[in-house]
Amino acid sequence: MKVVSGQWSVVSKKRVCRRQKVEGRKLLVLALYCLLPTAYCLLFSSCKREERGYRVEAPAASRINSVRLTELQPGESQPYTPVKNEYEENAYAMNEGKRLFTWFNCVGCHSHGGGGIGPALMDDKWIYGSQPEQIFATIVEGRPNGMPSFRGKIPDYQVWQLAAYVRSMSAQVKSDAAPGRDDDMNVGKPEQNRSKEEPKSGSIPKSAEMP
Amino acid sequence: MKKVSSEQLAVSSERKAVKRLCCLLLTAHCLLLTSGCRGEQSVLNPAGPQAGHVSRLWWLMFYVEAGVFLLVCIAVLLAIFRRRRERKKSGDEPDTSPDPQREQRMTRVIMGAVGMTLVILFVFLIASFTTGRGLYSPSDSQALSIKITGHQWWWDVEYDAVPASNIVHTANEIHIPVGQLVKFRLTADDVIHSFWVPNLSGKKDLIPGHEIILEFQANSPGEFRGQCAEFCGYQHAHMGLTIIAEPPDKFYEWMNGQRTPAAQPANESEQRGQQVFLNSPCIMCHTIRGTDAGGRLAPELTHLASRKTIAASTLPNTRGHLGGWIINSQEIKPGNHMPPVPLSSEELQALLDYLGSLK
Amino acid sequence: MKEEEQGLTTKEKDENAARRGEQALREGDLPEEEERRLLEKTWGDKPGFWGWVTSTNHKSIGKRFIITAFVFFALGGILAALMRIQLARPENTFLGPDAYNQIFTMHGTTMMFLFAIPVMEAFGIYLVPLMVGTRNVAFPRLASFSYWIYLFGGITLYTFFILNIGPDMGWFSYVPLAGPEFSPGKRVDIWSQLINFTEISALCASIEIITTAFKMRAPGLSLNRVPIFVWAMVIMSFMVTFAMPAVMTSSLFLTLDRLVGTHFYNQAEGGDPLLWQHLFWFFGHPEVYIVFIPALGYVSSIIQTFSRRRVFGYTALVLSMIATGFIGFGLWVHHMFATGLPQLGSSFFTAASMMIAIPSGIQIFCWIATLWSGRPRFKTPLIFIIGFFFIFVLGGLTGIMQASVPLDLQVHDTFFVVAHFHYVLIGGSVFPLFAAFHYWFPKFTGRMLSESLGKLTFWLMFIGFNITFFPMHQLGLQGMPRRVYTYLPQMGWGNLNLIASAGAFVLTLGVLVFVVNVLKSRRGGAIAGDNPWGADTLEWGVSSPPPSYNFFRLPVVQGREALWVRTEDAPVVEGLRTDCREILVTKTLDAEPDHKLTLPHSAPWPLMMGLAATATFISSCFTPWALPGGMVLAAIALIGWGWPKKKDEVCEPPPVEEMSDEERKREAARAQ
Repeated sequence: MKVVSGQWSVVSKKRVCRRQKVEGRKLLVLALYCLLPTAYCLLFSSCKREERGYRVEAPAASRINSVRLTELQPGESQPYTPVKNEYEENAYAMNEGKRLFTWFNCVGCHSHGGGGIGPALMDDKWIYGSQPEQIFATIVEGRPNGMPSFRGKIPDYQVWQLAAYVRSMSAQVKSDAAPGRDDDMNVGKPEQNRSKEEPKSGSIPKSAEMP
Repeated sequence: MKKVSSEQLAVSSERKAVKRLCCLLLTAHCLLLTSGCRGEQSVLNPAGPQAGHVSRLWWLMFYVEAGVFLLVCIAVLLAIFRRRRERKKSGDEPDTSPDPQREQRMTRVIMGAVGMTLVILFVFLIASFTTGRGLYSPSDSQALSIKITGHQWWWDVEYDAVPASNIVHTANEIHIPVGQLVKFRLTADDVIHSFWVPNLSGKKDLIPGHEIILEFQANSPGEFRGQCAEFCGYQHAHMGLTIIAEPPDKFYEWMNGQRTPAAQPANESEQRGQQVFLNSPCIMCHTIRGTDAGGRLAPELTHLASRKTIAASTLPNTRGHLGGWIINSQEIKPGNHMPPVPLSSEELQALLDYLGSLK
Repeated sequence: MKEEEQGLTTKEKDENAARRGEQALREGDLPEEEERRLLEKTWGDKPGFWGWVTSTNHKSIGKRFIITAFVFFALGGILAALMRIQLARPENTFLGPDAYNQIFTMHGTTMMFLFAIPVMEAFGIYLVPLMVGTRNVAFPRLASFSYWIYLFGGITLYTFFILNIGPDMGWFSYVPLAGPEFSPGKRVDIWSQLINFTEISALCASIEIITTAFKMRAPGLSLNRVPIFVWAMVIMSFMVTFAMPAVMTSSLFLTLDRLVGTHFYNQAEGGDPLLWQHLFWFFGHPEVYIVFIPALGYVSSIIQTFSRRRVFGYTALVLSMIATGFIGFGLWVHHMFATGLPQLGSSFFTAASMMIAIPSGIQIFCWIATLWSGRPRFKTPLIFIIGFFFIFVLGGLTGIMQASVPLDLQVHDTFFVVAHFHYVLIGGSVFPLFAAFHYWFPKFTGRMLSESLGKLTFWLMFIGFNITFFPMHQLGLQGMPRRVYTYLPQMGWGNLNLIASAGAFVLTLGVLVFVVNVLKSRRGGAIAGDNPWGADTLEWGVSSPPPSYNFFRLPVVQGREALWVRTEDAPVVEGLRTDCREILVTKTLDAEPDHKLTLPHSAPWPLMMGLAATATFISSCFTPWALPGGMVLAAIALIGWGWPKKKDEVCEPPPVEEMSDEERKREAARAQ
């Protein structure tokens, strides 16, 4: 390479018209842009998770008269129709449930799921049933041996929030909606990172066994 | 007739437009300024020495900086408009070797301007430090000490006292004696908030896990509104507080009143109202000392009727507003932690009678 | 058998090549027209959609970047308009608190991460190679990757915003509000990932710019002759390199706290919410100078051109920018004066925050001196710069007020601060940016923007901006905090808010006029020619728009104002390869030629890597398996990226001793 003296001339160069290419390009960009959000939505179906419910009507799951404490029935067994608690897909609701769990002093007996005076809630043993409506009934009606009845003291929608949170303690809910850790002393893995337990209804935890 | 080129016309009309605009802006500016001096919750309406120091610093900086701004504006306008015709005539060829003498002159002017800038900044620095020292002088041990805990979206107020039975516990409305330094111990229970009563003092944050001290006093009686100044969630906009500065004797009277437990229901309606209270979700969160309600999660209601506002200085404390708040606070402050309390109208009236008796 | 394996000498290799009909073509080998066509073929993009997607031409990438950044600017502006509609009246019900929180967070995030930095980087990527006299940026594929990851990050954020997963905790996302307990769901996680997208993009672009500016300058372009624009871009890039890691660290800690359950910000387990603030603001304060310093480069360039004289005080201007960049890292605690930090420590930051006004002041004085002793020509770019003076100086002065701790404790987190930072950001960055748009549009497109529409844009923006933001000073002093979705009627803030909202409408109109101007002028504007403004930097010495190879012959620069001082017989560089992408690398200080280097051709790997990174970042919010999965995808993309070049893309010249006879003869002929 050598640096030489010479005229430095600059000639304007017309550019080739690329209109067609530009148009095709634009269409593709647009198509991509439309596809991507659809893909995301389908992949992560986030809409329910992120709703912030100031909506305080309880989920459609208020029919606690569908609660059965045992599967034993005379004659032909009626099939069990699961009750869906929409709050189990809603991160805000379960976070509220977690807040209320501390605020209403559930932790006083149940700790943060490990149990103490009351049975553990994060294990696979459920004395009175692990379904959302069964947990709702437990909170609202109270249970023998120390579980208070909160009927009239906690509004229905908050009970559903608590029920959803209780189920999240043993990872019965979707992990992307389950709560993270509290800004408090460490009490173990956050609910979103727990492994799912297989609930066994009607079983008695150690703390409830007769001495 | 002298021919004026269209460009020259354009320039001179532009010049006029610029001048007119400057005048307009300046006038608007002055008008706006004067309107800011009055008003509650205003930085420029100090009611205590701390806010007074800051206000003085503000005016010092404001006038000096306004002068600087004016000088810079004039310099810019002169730079572009002066001797335009002459300079236009001297053509368009770029000047790559400007006159060294002129460059030297301009260098000297700029050095002078930089020197002036330095001096002004030093004056500001010293003024700032002096004002700061005035605000942070060591507190006297006689200062009234109040612990403020910030919650989403209300203020928990506890007057420190020895013995503990003398502690006064209230919410959102703080009474202080005129002329006495008050020491606030600020902390938070959930997220970061900021305690700000502009008429009395600058703000300090309430940070979970930290205790931050803020000291100020009011030198004249009055009602001063404050507001949370650190974004803290849905109802940050409605997290206000009220400081009532009153003469010391009235203040101690108020304190003594606040220490007493709640008034007993005086008639059947109030009795019924107390029943409604104790059988509703209210007791899960609120305290009324002298009853079984001992929740520490929401504002203390023992002397609710003695307060001027409710819902963190968002609503006036009237029967109608209180009723609306109880039935559905989510309509007024959506996202706040108080659930709607569905009561029949008879229950609500009784409850309002009872709460109205809690002076 | 391969030639290397056969152990042939270079001479034998060349004879083989000649027999095959191949020959290394250099500058000067062909007649001009043919050579230009060959250069265009070598340096241009491949045709069609594939060529567009795999482009490694810095001008294509730069243009894309600018257009995308402007789209985000418009989106951010729409969000601001929504906010102003909500705040126009007290207790307005246009937006509820959740919507408002998402909107103001998206507005801040868009403007700071998706508009301000990318657009400055974009101007750098487009203009720095042209201004330093080379054919492309130092790492073309990295530039392409920088664009793709920025685009995907922006699309991700807006898609999630539309799906109601938009961040809602403020653009600086304080913990514990943004922590796992108080921000449920994935909103904050998406924001945290956006930080990754945009910061990687900025870091890549910065490395690009620093390397190009230091190592690829044309001969003769020693450091003391480098245009101020390039200095500004280099300083900005160094700042990015030091500042971005802090925010990436803070967002990493936040993600870990939220998804894994660590306790970085949990005061109950030994963490501290203030850690977030320190880490974030250590980035956040330099960020605003990162956005501001390129604008200083625009101002210097435009003032120089439109005053028709060399800018006054080149050394002072450059040193001031360096000082600003440096001191800018020592100011961050002024965002934390209310957090109960010790008074003595805060005082240092007061002093530093006031001190930084000095280099800015020096620059303002130098520019005024340039205008004073020049012959200003009132074209739209200069008019925007004059607007910059008024607005930025006012903003800077209110900044000095807030440097003082006692005063800051009153106005912190109020609309006074909102007014201040909009004055310095819009005045200090957006107005010079619009000046730069109007100034360089002819170079980018070959057409002039309409002067009358340009002036209308300016006046609408200037008036609208002042009507919107000036009353906010007053509102802050009257006690209105920021980030409130509404306010009580009895506070008396209604009138000023209504005025501000009206001003926002005028400002929006100004931007719309600009968009109309651009759309009209792209096809119908006056043909610009090479140098419509009579400017001095090297990009004005080539056609508008420049050919894909930038310069037919790389210039040898004779002075600071390259085109103004160039003589009739100015030397040029000759001898680089024209049939492959060869550039000249020069020494850092004095730009003496050092060696030649091959730049890569178009490649799809930057896009693949961008997609891999996008998939990883988004999925990592939902599952930890995203990380090993993402690593596999990234490995594929990086292996492709790093694969050795094809034979015909390598331009390695033989060392002089090994030159074949023919080549030696050719060199000798050239020397005569």
